[in-house]
Amino acid sequence: MSTSFPTALWASLTGLANPARFSRFADRATPILAVLAVLVTVAGLYMSFNAPADYQQGETVRIMFIHVPAAWLSMAFYMAMSVSALGTLVWRHPLADVSQRAAAPVGAAFTLLCLVTGSLWGRPTWGTYWAWDVRLTSVLILFLIYCGILGLWRAIDDPGRAARAVAILTLVGLINIPIIRESVNYWNTLHQPASVLRLGGSSIHPSMLWPLLVMAVGMTLLGAALHVAGMRTELMKRRLRTLEILKADRLEREALS
Amino acid sequence: MIEGSSHLGFVVAAYAVAAVTIVSLVARAVLMRRHVRRALERAGAPARGRAA
Repeated sequence: MSTSFPTALWASLTGLANPARFSRFADRATPILAVLAVLVTVAGLYMSFNAPADYQQGETVRIMFIHVPAAWLSMAFYMAMSVSALGTLVWRHPLADVSQRAAAPVGAAFTLLCLVTGSLWGRPTWGTYWAWDVRLTSVLILFLIYCGILGLWRAIDDPGRAARAVAILTLVGLINIPIIRESVNYWNTLHQPASVLRLGGSSIHPSMLWPLLVMAVGMTLLGAALHVAGMRTELMKRRLRTLEILKADRLEREALS
Repeated sequence: MIEGSSHLGFVVAAYAVAAVTIVSLVARAVLMRRHVRRALERAGAPARGRAA
């Protein structure tokens, strides 16, 4: 009997819920994702530096090829963390908090990269590094939420309690994502409106759109490689913690007997 | 747009920040994995092929 594609996909995804099976998958997937990330990013960089300069912004438009993918990834990682938070609180998935813990530092780094490159793009374009504009401020809040999540993980010793607290904080912070997304449409801001992902198609010329999309794919592959590798390391850390607890128990019993 | 300059310095600075961020993320992942793997080996458990 043949199985349908969705059934096979679901079976393979639920199969990865087993930590041992996921570790074997991560050992194979990480180098493949890393090599693909390098190849696609190098191609994207080549295309970015061969794209024409903008008629208004000149060479500074090239900042877009790292700023925009970093902005997309900062939100994509937060969405992945929110799905993981649901996995922790609702489905008690064994890998959900592992995924969340591995995603947080990568998401925070991409958010910081988005803020810094945006600031460096803003100075020659708007005449200022920073303005308390809705888009800029909401992305800064996203970065602070990431910092809060990383701090909360460290503040609670019990991994189970830490995972639940972080999951709740992540879901509360999810309200910021639609605010970031829609800030340029609902408020009058310095930041330009959405120009790639919008109704009616992209408003960017193909000579700039293609390098941007290739860079976005390359950075997404890099983010995925870092996420999978981070999950594998987190699983090893938990195994180490279990071994240390067992060893401490054994030593305690030996001391008492 | 401020006129009179190509502002290449801002482009170079932005790409330098991106390179430093990405190299830091990769180095952190590699070093942390190596550290945990060595700790597991010291604890007498093979790091490959098995998980928690």
